[in-house]
Amino acid sequence: MTKKQKRLLIRISISAILFILAWCASELIPLKGLIRTAAFLIPYFVIGYDILLRAVRNIFGGQVFDENFLMSIATIGAFAIGELPEAVAVMLFYQVGELFQGIAVSRSRRSIAALMDIRPDHANVLRSGMEERVSPDEVRVGETIIVRSGERIPLDGVITEGFTTVNNSALTGESLPQDRQVGESVISGTVNISGVIQVRVTNAYAESTVKRILDLVENSAAKKARTENFITRFSRYYTPCVVIAAVLLAVLPPLVFNGGWEDWIGRALTFLVVSCPCALVISVPLSFFGGIGGASRRGILIKGANYIEALSKVDTVVFDKTGTLTRGSFSVTAIHPQVMSAPELLDIAALAESYSNHPIAESIVREHKGHIDMTRIGCVTEMAGKGVCAEIDGRQVLAGSERLLKEHGIAPHGECECLRECAVGTTVHIAVNGAYCGHIVIADEVKAEAASAIKKLSELRISEIQMLTGDTEAVGTAVGRILGIDAVHSELLPDGKVELVERLLEHKKKGTTLAFVGDGVNDAPVLSRSDVGIAMGALGSDAAIEAADVVLTDDDPQKVAEAIRLSRRTMRIVRQNIAFALIVKGAVLLLGALDIAGMWVAVFADVGVSVLAILNATRALRPTNRC
Amino acid sequence: MKRTYRLENIDCANCAAKIEHAISRLDGVTGASINFFAQNLVIDADEERFDDIMKKALKAARRVEPDCEFISM
Repeated sequence: MTKKQKRLLIRISISAILFILAWCASELIPLKGLIRTAAFLIPYFVIGYDILLRAVRNIFGGQVFDENFLMSIATIGAFAIGELPEAVAVMLFYQVGELFQGIAVSRSRRSIAALMDIRPDHANVLRSGMEERVSPDEVRVGETIIVRSGERIPLDGVITEGFTTVNNSALTGESLPQDRQVGESVISGTVNISGVIQVRVTNAYAESTVKRILDLVENSAAKKARTENFITRFSRYYTPCVVIAAVLLAVLPPLVFNGGWEDWIGRALTFLVVSCPCALVISVPLSFFGGIGGASRRGILIKGANYIEALSKVDTVVFDKTGTLTRGSFSVTAIHPQVMSAPELLDIAALAESYSNHPIAESIVREHKGHIDMTRIGCVTEMAGKGVCAEIDGRQVLAGSERLLKEHGIAPHGECECLRECAVGTTVHIAVNGAYCGHIVIADEVKAEAASAIKKLSELRISEIQMLTGDTEAVGTAVGRILGIDAVHSELLPDGKVELVERLLEHKKKGTTLAFVGDGVNDAPVLSRSDVGIAMGALGSDAAIEAADVVLTDDDPQKVAEAIRLSRRTMRIVRQNIAFALIVKGAVLLLGALDIAGMWVAVFADVGVSVLAILNATRALRPTNRC
Repeated sequence: MKRTYRLENIDCANCAAKIEHAISRLDGVTGASINFFAQNLVIDADEERFDDIMKKALKAARRVEPDCEFISM
């Protein structure tokens, strides 16, 4: 509790005791007339003086429909018609409600702040051999920082000395620690668990991962959901409407039925008690904020409440293939030798390709792993788009496409048994001295989590799951088959992707949205064009963060389904709160008008609904696995 | 120009909503958004008149919540 809240609690206690005393006295002794009024006025002023003061001050500020003013009118009115205990009780419970609200809000604010507790407070930078403790934003790119075990890594960089284990959980939600050694990069905001490392800084603090994440979440409030805007608009009209209704209720019936003023004014005062739309105004934005906070805890950064709304309505998910469902890096998936052993074939291929910087050549060299003896290589000619011709140990080696070999009069054979695998990737055929030796298949690996990512989306009853790729039809359909995606669009250029997504946007069901998932490379236009652009593993890429609406901090495509699930849950909580608050308020107004519910019931209902709605909203913060 | 301010002494969400509405209607303000839970105000306003606009914004805010303060970040 804050100091303010403690003071309020003390006032509530004192006032409650005085109120009970006054009540007992008026019943038992019995107190009459002015003495009785005075006995109730004491606890009333103890609890309500600040409300009264603020009411007066705000009236001069032109705030007619201020809740302090309305509460003051309601209670003063109750005094005027002689309902003394009611007047004190309403003020008392109103303040109890304020206290509860304050506590609930500051508690959820704290837990959101804890989620965001990734801000590094200092960096130990090495300057002329001395270690200096400075603020992270004073460290320049290229300087070396020291991070000890248990410390948060303050800036992005590459390890230059030492090895360690880092915990990425605050950023990605991944609880499994990861080993890092010299030459590998570390991300700011993660925690160094074991060793002492020296890190060469690659990004200034303003461009660092941690700063980006914090900015993204802090600015997320600027984009409000439609529901939120509806609530603010609603609340602007709600209070004046209720107040006008109260005035009419107090004046009209007595005029029509000639009399009964006190009774009708009493009913009207009940209206004033529930005239604050607090429950809605607090709980709806809190639910969204909690949803965004809870998602960011799991490595899903959502740029605004409007995207929670959009995500919850997703019915079409379009994946870009490379980098999202597949790793986006080539590797050797099969070696099919004809006349020699597999290591021998790989050895020859690696030697032949060792001078090339083509991704395919590089993947063969990487697969070879061992030392490449450059002295064995003679003259090398690279034929763009086809392959290489190299002299290895004095023999002429051809490594490349079918076309390259055919041009040299060699027919690749023995392909049939691996036709399916070959279709997924690129095949490099190898011939030595004019004789076919076999081939190596290089493919972009499908991510281990990709199949389950698609399955999880179907479990969420997403009706359209499509994949698009710039790759060949053969590769596209093969990947589609492995993952169980029916609709695959291949051989698309970047603007072709935009066109396709636009066509899908036109044909989607009304009231649903389309999400596009890409890795941020080349697909920024598609990311911004779709209803929800989801960029994956994109913390390094400015363009992707700018264009995307949702950023996944790691490479796991299963997070797409999780993001949708969390958003739906948040929206459900929002709707529960709206319905609950409106029904309770409506019921109180109705029962109050019929004189079934008095001010007591009204104040209980009003305070209760606010507190319950806030408690319900805080559920959005805590990610559960249930839907 | 877009800037973020930390808010102090805003205790009720409805007041925050009212302040947000009032500020966003000020002349020269393109957008204003208050996050009650993060206690911050993001304001996008005409750069040349920025200081003047902020003065008006604070005045508008104080009309709703007399004790409130903007602290620049």
